[in-house]
Amino acid sequence: MAINWFKYSSPASFYTLAGKMIPIFVIAAVIFLVAGLYIGFFVAPTDFQQGEAYRIIFIHVPAAWMSMFLYVVMAFWAAIGLAFNTRLSSMFATAIAPTGAMFTFLALWTGALWGKPMWGTWWVWDARLTSELILFFLYIGFMSLQAAIDDPRRADKAGAIIAIVGVVNIPIIYFSVQWWNTLHQGASVSINQAPAMASTMLTGMLVMVLASWMYSIAVILKRVRVIILERESHSAWVTELQKKGAV
Amino acid sequence: MKPRHKKLVIIASSVTALGIASVLVLNAFQSNLVFFFSPTQVVAKEAPIGKSFRIGGLVADGSVKREDGSTTVHFAITDTAETIPVVYTGILPDLFKEGKGVVAQGKISNQGVFLADEVLAKHDENYMPPEAAEALEKAAKAQKASLIQ
Repeated sequence: MAINWFKYSSPASFYTLAGKMIPIFVIAAVIFLVAGLYIGFFVAPTDFQQGEAYRIIFIHVPAAWMSMFLYVVMAFWAAIGLAFNTRLSSMFATAIAPTGAMFTFLALWTGALWGKPMWGTWWVWDARLTSELILFFLYIGFMSLQAAIDDPRRADKAGAIIAIVGVVNIPIIYFSVQWWNTLHQGASVSINQAPAMASTMLTGMLVMVLASWMYSIAVILKRVRVIILERESHSAWVTELQKKGAV
Repeated sequence: MKPRHKKLVIIASSVTALGIASVLVLNAFQSNLVFFFSPTQVVAKEAPIGKSFRIGGLVADGSVKREDGSTTVHFAITDTAETIPVVYTGILPDLFKEGKGVVAQGKISNQGVFLADEVLAKHDENYMPPEAAEALEKAAKAQKASLIQ
């Protein structure tokens, strides 16, 4: 059976599809979260130099990865929306921003909590920390610009430009620890090297990454549904839903 | 070319142009983006002598001496090529240890001693249980011993 994918680029049909997908991702997120936290707190061993405090990586690293990854996805959909004028792509970009901003904030905040006992300071202006802070401002800038423009189609276009320009920051964050001397340590896990981490620690971290993915997908789908309803509130199918009392 | 393809090309080329521009800007600011200088750079006078700056490296083995009755600590920062003596009064971070990474901020005195007013620990990217770290250390020692023989 061939699936007509383009069918789902229409907000009306995607609304129904997203509604069916959300519970699956919520359940997956809860399972991975419980498993990840259990491994992180009870199975993974103490670290030889940081002691128990290293356990912040089970939150900090997934949050930092998601903050960068979600930004790329957001910019991708914003660019598609700008180039092809597809409504749903722009809605996706708008829906991703708050979750991305939340993960960025979480990465900065947990990093500060970790930095004080480990490094001796809450914050330093090194390249890694500063570029991650700029990422946070990019998310905030994207959201406030969109909120400041009443016409959603114009807001999409203006936001897309910020999102696309900001993509330059992502490789800067990622490679900052290689390009410059930073207080932040280098990557423990990278594509071309064996991870510099005990395997249970790594497992716990990766399960938490999966949990963050599932959580993000669930929340973003939910938000897309709300945006669809908001923007299509005058269309026939939404009125139909309202009559049925489904909204 | 369809107008929407044209748009895509415009977006792609502006991102590329922006990327190149930021590479050039970052290159120009290279020296300002460096968080710390190594002892070798300090000896070569590449660091802003006379102004406050940061030195980063490892705490030299056997160099840590605490003054009795005060929180003043003497130690040396090394990058294995050059070593700079440091004096610091204050509380050291938990991870401060001989042979481990450290970043100190302060000024260099006329005698060549670095007067630090902040000392931060820089840990590495390796995570392992203490037993594994011990085993690694033992292996390194054994290797050293066999090299001497």
